[in-house]
Amino acid sequence: MINPRNTGSALRLTLIAATALSLAACAHAPKPSYPTAAPPAPERAPEPPRAPYSPPPPEPVTQNALPGSERDFTINVGDRIYFDFDSYSVRADAGPILDAQSAWLKRYPAVQVRIEGNCDERGTEEYNLALGARRANAVREYLVAHGVAATRITTVSYGKEKPIDPGTGDVADSHNRNGHTAIVSGARMQ
Amino acid sequence: MTTFSKRTLLSALAALPAAALIAPAMARADIEVNVNRGDVQPLPIAIPAFGGQQGGDIAGVISANLQRSGLFRPLDPASFTEHDLNVAVEPRFAGWQAINAQALVNGQVTVDGARLQVDFRLWDVFAQKQLLGLQFASSPENWRRVAHKISDAIYERLTGEKGYFDTRVVFVAETGARGAKTKRLAIMDQDGANPSYLTDGSSIIMTPRFSSNSQEITYMELRPEGSKIYLLNLDTTRRESLGDFKGMVFAPRFSPDGGKVAFSVERGGNTDIFVMDLKSRVSARLTVDPAIDTSPSFSPDGARIAFNSDRSGSPQLYIMGADGSNPRRISFGQGRYTTPVWSPTGEFIAFTKQVGGQFSIGVMKPDGTDERILTTSYLDEGPAWAPNGRVLLFSREGAGGGTKLWSVDVTGRILQPMPYPGSGSDPAWSPLLN
Repeated sequence: MINPRNTGSALRLTLIAATALSLAACAHAPKPSYPTAAPPAPERAPEPPRAPYSPPPPEPVTQNALPGSERDFTINVGDRIYFDFDSYSVRADAGPILDAQSAWLKRYPAVQVRIEGNCDERGTEEYNLALGARRANAVREYLVAHGVAATRITTVSYGKEKPIDPGTGDVADSHNRNGHTAIVSGARMQ
Repeated sequence: MTTFSKRTLLSALAALPAAALIAPAMARADIEVNVNRGDVQPLPIAIPAFGGQQGGDIAGVISANLQRSGLFRPLDPASFTEHDLNVAVEPRFAGWQAINAQALVNGQVTVDGARLQVDFRLWDVFAQKQLLGLQFASSPENWRRVAHKISDAIYERLTGEKGYFDTRVVFVAETGARGAKTKRLAIMDQDGANPSYLTDGSSIIMTPRFSSNSQEITYMELRPEGSKIYLLNLDTTRRESLGDFKGMVFAPRFSPDGGKVAFSVERGGNTDIFVMDLKSRVSARLTVDPAIDTSPSFSPDGARIAFNSDRSGSPQLYIMGADGSNPRRISFGQGRYTTPVWSPTGEFIAFTKQVGGQFSIGVMKPDGTDERILTTSYLDEGPAWAPNGRVLLFSREGAGGGTKLWSVDVTGRILQPMPYPGSGSDPAWSPLLN
């Protein structure tokens, strides 16, 4: 089941609180000055609420992720942030997730990641490959600015080739504009 | 009684752009303003089954080709009265005049072992004269190509322009649901026949493009480890990588002489345009700025490159010298412009335009004037020219549906899905086959 939002918010909040002090001292990476346009006004009728995006059931307590595992990263930190239309600025709501990613990656220094830049389908293929590369790089720069070694990070743009939401329309588009931090190696086995 | 001539069709073709200019402000609604172009009547043409083995099949392929061009209206064979046509004898024109056939094509197939020979004649029914008398020979299994060559000969004789029927289309064949699509490199005849698949689907294939003078294509392969640009010779099946680059590479396209490939290289999130000489393997960087610069497309004389850049703040179309000199913006209409593709004649640049939640395929002159929108839908993308510059292929995604290959003529009057049953994207047209 597709879950564009991050689960385990209580756990994530704990992590953010734990890392807030150390991060407060870090200079925030300057936001790219690229002008961001508001999403185009929807021309279609509003979509009825769709089942796949109802809030997922809480994780059973018996399935707590092993700290340092890929599952720990995905559930307790959050492996994906979202972007505005044709923008690669890290949004305010994405900062805490990237802060938590930085902290987690510093705690588990053997982990190597690949940042995957993704786009909605409201752009053409080649432009979106370039836009996805900007998004992947924006995430990479954020993590590096927050102390993650650049040698641990690779980037790739999938353009609009890997939508996580198979639907069409503004809701699906907002899910599909994302930067995904994929663990390549070095995580503990679950 | 009027006689049709090459001039009739030519003047009809020439009149179309002018008709399109009548309502430039209504450009987005061009699908609906077809009435402005309704004065062009497709030419009624009679194409009875050729004599001999597969004579019906060959006439059928010719008829379908000419019909899809939108310039011809093949007549219903049930209306034909002369059934003993012979390529050695003049037809009885009165019977064809009676059903208002302006042109008549008849032919004879002869198969002698491994050799198939087709003789055909093209007649001006009202002038009562022969316009063409040709003979093609090949192997029997090649009968469709013979039919395409006859189609090209008829098209060229009656319009004065080269045909585009004996060609192939390379594209990305798509299977599977959105989000889990398999995208394979595929090729088929321009009429959808003989599709075949050139990659196994283990990686995502994007943006195949033909050389304009050989059976060679370049395309991009996307994997989690990054991307590669390949050159693939379809005759020898030899495939080679353009090389290893730091960062993503994408948007490859041949120069008109086939000797270079222009493409995009991404480094640290910034995308610029490079060009590589295929003999020396030396690349040169053509754009140096922090904006997205991609989708390079050479002018037919190789002197200039159209490309897409968001240096102004939104994606727009630009032209620069083939050495990167003097970049100049050419698109100034409302909306976001991407995927410029220079027509083989040099007359137009085709593009994708995004405005108001809709996508359009359009054309403009290389100086940015005379913009015309040819199609509009939820998602139209990626125009590719026929070798004669008369027809464009593109991909169209229905809202919630799969992606299909479509074609539209350069006037926007003749819009239709490609006769390929599956899902596909990123079409590109071959030059005429030899």
